[in-house]
Amino acid sequence: MRELEVVEAGALMTVQDLGRPGFAHLGVPRSGAVDTRSLTLANRLVGNDEDAAGLETTLTGVVLRFESATTIAVTGASCVVAVAGRDVAWGEPVSVPAGSMVRVGVASRGLRSYVAVAGGIDVPLVLGSRSTDVLSGLGPKPLRPGDRLPIGAVVGRPAGVDTPPAFRELSEIRLRLGPRDDWFDPASIARLDGATYVVGSSSNRIGIRLEGTPLDRRRDGELPSEGIVLGAVQVPPSGQPLIFLADHPTTGGYPVLGVVASADLPGCGQLRPGDAVTLRLVG
Amino acid sequence: MQVRMVGASAVLVEYDDPADVLAAYAEGRRRGVSLEIVPAATTVLFDGVADPHTLAAEIRTWTLSPVAPDAGDLVELPTTYDGPDLDSVARHWDLTTREVVALHRGTEFVVAFCGFAPGFAYCRGLPGHLAVPRLADPRARVPAGSVALAGPFTGIYPTASPGGWQLIGRTDAVLWRPDLGQPALLVPGTRVRFVDA
Repeated sequence: MRELEVVEAGALMTVQDLGRPGFAHLGVPRSGAVDTRSLTLANRLVGNDEDAAGLETTLTGVVLRFESATTIAVTGASCVVAVAGRDVAWGEPVSVPAGSMVRVGVASRGLRSYVAVAGGIDVPLVLGSRSTDVLSGLGPKPLRPGDRLPIGAVVGRPAGVDTPPAFRELSEIRLRLGPRDDWFDPASIARLDGATYVVGSSSNRIGIRLEGTPLDRRRDGELPSEGIVLGAVQVPPSGQPLIFLADHPTTGGYPVLGVVASADLPGCGQLRPGDAVTLRLVG
Repeated sequence: MQVRMVGASAVLVEYDDPADVLAAYAEGRRRGVSLEIVPAATTVLFDGVADPHTLAAEIRTWTLSPVAPDAGDLVELPTTYDGPDLDSVARHWDLTTREVVALHRGTEFVVAFCGFAPGFAYCRGLPGHLAVPRLADPRARVPAGSVALAGPFTGIYPTASPGGWQLIGRTDAVLWRPDLGQPALLVPGTRVRFVDA
């Protein structure tokens, strides 16, 4: 069996595919890559199916050792990639000779880099997915130095060299109001359009905390728990909004003001603490 | 009934009668209308819908037949009533602990919905006036199998986790097996009885 070894895991490195949707009625978060666009791109580059499992890094760099020759691709947050000590291309398929170390550097822009390996990471499926869910603990534990990960059978050929994808920071987040916008003061909602918020430091795979002008409620009380979608913008009593990402809980009791446009979610997953974003209300 | 749009691919339907929530969940599953159908306290979320406006219109036309009291599978959970909050619940209900145990054991519950953690079932069955508050200071770790009360619901912690529910007992039943195709012992609609351990 082909394997890779984790030499350095950085702040948080996890196995991620496209998650385990379909179990929310049992309280199971969808999980999966936060920036699905970058994971599916990395998979296409190495000839995998788009939903193959890869590695998701968080800001800090990681080091991997491959026992047999393979092809990898690194996408998502921009970073320096080195194979056996030599810099190689980011965002392109790269050959890795047997026995060599791959260093995925600190993210220079963005937050999460994705490493796809030809054949995919072949850890056991849990409820149809190999993803690590940091909220519920399903899937493999966050990776640590010394962990060995099986690599699956190669299913396709690496993509030809294409124009490398450029990393672009998300500067605007489009938001569709509802289902609980009626819990908030209309003037407060009107101010939200064009308002700038800063990404808070306690953001993680579960959600992004936004810091800025608090939203004012027009009604008090508690909302009975209700189902939550990916990208839901929940507003706790502090009035500071929180955008739910891949590992979000399936239900919640704070009112959801609106939902982020799905096209903006991969970019949300690349926002770093301290980044400023402008909110736009869309119909 | 109130229908609310949620983003571009989901619909949240709020029902006046909590019994309609399970009926709408069952109807949605029977019709296979969306990838996720998430019942909750008073709502059902239909998520992963290509055309939410069409689904919203369709849902308004559904005639919901109440779920028959004996429709769901019956699960009996052997339970020992020795939780650290049993006395506090007894005071809250103005009963003795023996009366609390008898009342709880004599009630047939139905899983209204799951949430909080995989396989954590919110069981309805106690009369509304017996609702209890959550702990002001949640515990850092509640053991798996703890039988607990919060609001009008009884829940059983499927795995150890932090928690703010009042613990009245414990069961050895395994509630969560992620290696199985049907990982949760208790699913929406399951009938639950707490029996002698």
